[in-house]
Amino acid sequence: MSNTWSIFKRELKGYFATPVAYVFIVIFLFLNGLFTFQVSRIFERGQASLDVFFNWHPWLYLFLIPAVAMRLWAEERRSGTIELLLTLPVSVVQAIAGKFLAAWIFVGMALALTFPTVLTVMYLGQPDMGIIAVGYLGSFLMAGAYLSIGICMSALTKNQVVSFILAVVICLLFILAGFDVVLEAFNAWAPAWMMDAIASVSFLTHFQSIQRGVLDLADMVFFASLILGWLYACGLILDIKKAQ
Amino acid sequence: MSMIETNKLRKVFGPIEAVKGVSFRVEKGEVLGFLGPNGAGKSTVMRMLTCFLTPTSGTATIGGHDILNDSMAARRLTGYVPESNPVYGDMTTIGFLRFIAEMRGYHGKEIDERVDRAVEMCWLGDVRSQIIETLSKGFRRRVGLAQSLLHDPPVLILDEPTDGLDPNQKHEVRSLIRRMSADKSIVISTHILEEVEAVCSRAIIISNGRILEDKTPTDLKIRSRRHGAVNLVLAHGDGSIDPAAFRNLAGVREVEKVTAGDNRTHLTLFPKPGAAICGDAIGLAVEKGWQVVDARVESGDLNEVFRDITTREGERT
Repeated sequence: MSNTWSIFKRELKGYFATPVAYVFIVIFLFLNGLFTFQVSRIFERGQASLDVFFNWHPWLYLFLIPAVAMRLWAEERRSGTIELLLTLPVSVVQAIAGKFLAAWIFVGMALALTFPTVLTVMYLGQPDMGIIAVGYLGSFLMAGAYLSIGICMSALTKNQVVSFILAVVICLLFILAGFDVVLEAFNAWAPAWMMDAIASVSFLTHFQSIQRGVLDLADMVFFASLILGWLYACGLILDIKKAQ
Repeated sequence: MSMIETNKLRKVFGPIEAVKGVSFRVEKGEVLGFLGPNGAGKSTVMRMLTCFLTPTSGTATIGGHDILNDSMAARRLTGYVPESNPVYGDMTTIGFLRFIAEMRGYHGKEIDERVDRAVEMCWLGDVRSQIIETLSKGFRRRVGLAQSLLHDPPVLILDEPTDGLDPNQKHEVRSLIRRMSADKSIVISTHILEEVEAVCSRAIIISNGRILEDKTPTDLKIRSRRHGAVNLVLAHGDGSIDPAAFRNLAGVREVEKVTAGDNRTHLTLFPKPGAAICGDAIGLAVEKGWQVVDARVESGDLNEVFRDITTREGERT
């Protein structure tokens, strides 16, 4: 446990050791603002809700979170420090947990910095703070799922760009699975259970219900099991191909 | 109980059998040199000993702890500097060492004490708060060594510890290794043979994943053709000396004339196995009235033995 904590601290500090962290946070906040205020015109809707703000998150995360995760293992591989790290008295599980949590907390910090949007809707009217809190929680959980995919892809290669692209593609599949257009393509021939199965692995399906303020156990379990599943795969990949 | 004991370690990568059943022991106080051509399997053996790679079959123990069943205990007893000395370049010297100390399970004041001691041992005082990336190769190597020494491990495994260093830095690293050798078991890999003579008490020659020799450096050198050979320099030009005269001495097997750019005669006399010929050769020269400028007995050429053993290996199997 203390090993996980040490790795967590090192990784989190690592983000802020370079300008990358600040650039990420600025881009994240800028795009959030741009989409929420300029594209979705939250002012003109006259609704005191953050619906339109959260709507953009699956898409923002699609590109920004793989960028946060790509470094985590690929850099260890490229510089060879993976050999140093994994010969210390630390298990692969502890190492993955430390790195994942550091990245997750980092994304959480960026998410927390969107609080002016909340202040804005409070100014516009009387928003349901419960719904907003659940929305943030859901967004944070979904970010964790994106991250777990990213960290797993990062373990595959020593090239950060490759890791980034792989993660974006897989995350995109998880978004598109819930899209009507995609589902219609299956509609013609796929049996209903298969349609349900495809729709049910989509980030969108689960995120939308959380966004409405419904904190369903099934959605929480979905994101949690997705995170654990991808982290488990990450552990397998590291075990199988440690040295290359 | 030996500090390190390997039992038929084997490692297969896909179609390639990189290590083909390697067994050896290292006792406390020994410095074992791992010699071999590139791709011989040296690093792979070290990576298995340090629990980075899992052996395909066979196993090893570190201080009695099995690397497969009791890996964490084995790791705690081991300090390791991997090949090409990877360190976290974005951290400061002190930040990096503190991180490793934490990972080694130290807390609070003990971290400071451990880090300070390692900094002192590896002469890192001047670069304590410098970013590792900005350090010279020699300093970076010392940071890597300091990292492996933080917990004062009884077993040290160093993969090519002097690779890429200048002669002064090589000397520093070697004297550090020698200083620590009394109460540790140290394994170093190298392809620099002078290093083996300088620091190792035993040498294992490994090629194609197999141990070919396991001897002291002195014993290895005895196998050299040049072991006991006498280099004789006579203060006369070529014409006045008959090298064949030396061939008639009892212990001499062969005489070779060496060309050197002066008007002296340089001869190398190779002895028959076990014969000491230096005295006889000088005696003969004196008897003939040839003035001896220099006479030197060679202890043997490790490079030659190494080439001999590693290229001959095809015939053995």
